[in-house]
Amino acid sequence: MSGGLYSTDSNEFDKTLDLTKIKPYGDTMNDGKTQVSFTLPVAKGDEAIEAAKQMMRKMGFENPQVVYVQELMAGFTFFNCYGNCIHTVDFTGITVPKVEATAMDMHETDDFIKENIGRPIRILGASTGSDAHTVGIDAIMNMKGFAGHYGLERYEMMEALNMGSQVPNEEFIAKAIEFQADVLLVSQTVTQKDVHIKNLVELVELMEAEGLREKVILICGGPRISHELAKELGYDAGFGMNKYADDVASYAAQELSRRLNK
Amino acid sequence: MMRSKLGLDFEKVGYAKEVSKRIADDVQKFVDNYSTVAVERTLCRLLGIDGVDKNEVPLPNVLVDELQEKGVLSEGVMFFLGNAVIETGLNPQEIAEKIAVGQLDLTSIPVHSTEEIRKAIQPFVMKSIQVIKDRKAKRDNYLNTIGEGAKPYLYVIVATGNIYEDVVQAEAAARQGADIIAVIRTTGQSLLDYVPYGATTEGFGGTVATQENFRIMRTALDKVGEEEGRYIRLCNYCSGLCMPEIAAMGAIEGLDVMLNDALYGILFRDINMQRTIVDQYFSRLLNGFAGVIINTGEDNYLTTADAFDEAHTVLASDFINEQLALVAGIPEEQMGLGHAFEMTPDLENGFLYELAQAQMIREIFPKAPLKYMPPTKFMTGNVFKGHVQDALFNQISIWTGQGIQLLGMLTEAIHTPFMSDRYLSIENAKYIFKNMKSIGDEMEFKEGGIIRQRAAKVLDDATELVVKIEKEGLFTALEKGIFADIKRPKNGGKGLAGVVEKGSNYFNPFIELLHKK
Repeated sequence: MSGGLYSTDSNEFDKTLDLTKIKPYGDTMNDGKTQVSFTLPVAKGDEAIEAAKQMMRKMGFENPQVVYVQELMAGFTFFNCYGNCIHTVDFTGITVPKVEATAMDMHETDDFIKENIGRPIRILGASTGSDAHTVGIDAIMNMKGFAGHYGLERYEMMEALNMGSQVPNEEFIAKAIEFQADVLLVSQTVTQKDVHIKNLVELVELMEAEGLREKVILICGGPRISHELAKELGYDAGFGMNKYADDVASYAAQELSRRLNK
Repeated sequence: MMRSKLGLDFEKVGYAKEVSKRIADDVQKFVDNYSTVAVERTLCRLLGIDGVDKNEVPLPNVLVDELQEKGVLSEGVMFFLGNAVIETGLNPQEIAEKIAVGQLDLTSIPVHSTEEIRKAIQPFVMKSIQVIKDRKAKRDNYLNTIGEGAKPYLYVIVATGNIYEDVVQAEAAARQGADIIAVIRTTGQSLLDYVPYGATTEGFGGTVATQENFRIMRTALDKVGEEEGRYIRLCNYCSGLCMPEIAAMGAIEGLDVMLNDALYGILFRDINMQRTIVDQYFSRLLNGFAGVIINTGEDNYLTTADAFDEAHTVLASDFINEQLALVAGIPEEQMGLGHAFEMTPDLENGFLYELAQAQMIREIFPKAPLKYMPPTKFMTGNVFKGHVQDALFNQISIWTGQGIQLLGMLTEAIHTPFMSDRYLSIENAKYIFKNMKSIGDEMEFKEGGIIRQRAAKVLDDATELVVKIEKEGLFTALEKGIFADIKRPKNGGKGLAGVVEKGSNYFNPFIELLHKK
């Protein structure tokens, strides 16, 4: 069933890098080599393997190779496959909205706030709605932080309050008013059936109804959140995977300064 | 006592257990004087009350809420139901149905003598005890005939939100070798002060725990177990605000493993400590009697606190949880005490510390089917590295003889497991468990080495901590943020309004019966 590794197929394709037509890279430019695994709801057998190959072709792979087949239970078969992707992407035409802020570390941010804002920033955070996960909001806010990045509670120039998990949007807003928050952080970890989208949208709607939306910097975060999605939902910024407290703090400080010092 | 491979100081272990017993006894003095809405609803369920009213409110809630509104819940549902049985000649279910449609007011009917009331309710109590006994006998019969998988039991989760889809996933997992199927609950259920009713097909991040869903999954697993020649255990969660109710439902429907940890609820769900500690006692009585293995949630402490510095808090909590379980009559063989230390994979010699701690816990709780769980906090989306991280934990599990291995999934932090993710995890564990089967018998640890020193240090620190907790009392210690860096006020959190001091007429015959076995 192998063949990919020691393939004797001729590799007669253009091996020069063209950024207007990039392809996955295995070990040769433009070889298109891609690894895919999936399960089909059929019994294991030659027909199942053929079905997997056809599926690969429909996904845009030439020379599909099914390298491993395992029946998970009667009527379900798992495949590991390789193929050469036929599609290309124009890398030169790509623009991705990004959070506009210069990355600063904790001390730089504290200094920046002292100089440009002159008082501590008040930041309120929570994992809202039915979401019981605090891992995200804790990583950003807790003193200790995550992966060597200190959390907002440790910043000299921030008053950070973490409300924890399962905070209803109404309660979050009430607290924001009481706390006179400059910045609101909303964490969403559970994303099944897009529950996070509904929840995030509801918060914006409630804040607009309260006339509060423009008065705060509204930020959301979570493993499935991008800045682009955040903007689309009516947030000022969004932070996804591999973003830490420094990123959030740098942005919050600089954005608040922009607003206050217009 | 087994010979320690770590050179553990068992006198110190004995001392820590004595101190922990005094902590538990102190808590129990409080528990004995209180009941809660959840405990009373549990009694309703045990007496056969089930179903919902026209607004979908479960009948146990209808009845208990009514007594609470009238300010008489302190006398307990047994008193009022027993009295109503005499007065109306109806059974508890019929009585509840009448209350639901406003045709009966338990507080406005003549009151009979306590002796008569107790006598009237006794047949329903005994019937309920028999149902649980029969269920337990059915499990024992399976274990004696078709048998079970070897320890560590392979524990996997299903979490589609749809019980019928869960059944498909569970069957696949069982056929691949899983020994325990845990149906993750829908997010937020722990904070509902009622148990939803009927079969459900909608849930977020998990499936609603209902009695009907328990029944559907139990039936499916029995069928697969018979075909595979291996009893498949079913796990759910009696934690949160409905702890004892779900324990009762589990006892009736034949669940085998239950997450059950008040400390976890206090810390991570902000449930009021008085409420949940009273709830926990009754739920553990039921779990103990029904032969259910409880799982405690200590492994979660270190998701918020630093795993290397705070490892001793896990052991201290295990010490206390063991004693709280013993008070409720749970035998050591049913104590799935939780541990596993989520140290960052970047830590030099992290594997050695993990191994030291796993072996330490094993030796300190020799009979317990310890629940061991690989890290979730440091899963990154790099599925390939994640699979290796899980493999390292599997090695420690077989090496140190853990009881229940919660299988890590390579796709943790991305999505709830695909059928194929579960397969890969089971394959990983089976390979390692077979390939390294007897390594624990062959290996001891070097005197004065990293591993022995680590175990001794964690034990020292944990002992010091339980001594400190004893001085403060458990409630005050929790107020001060002793576990997981989280502080919880004694009168704060969710569910406090559901706690009542027992009145002069209060009685609960189940407590004695469940203790007896």
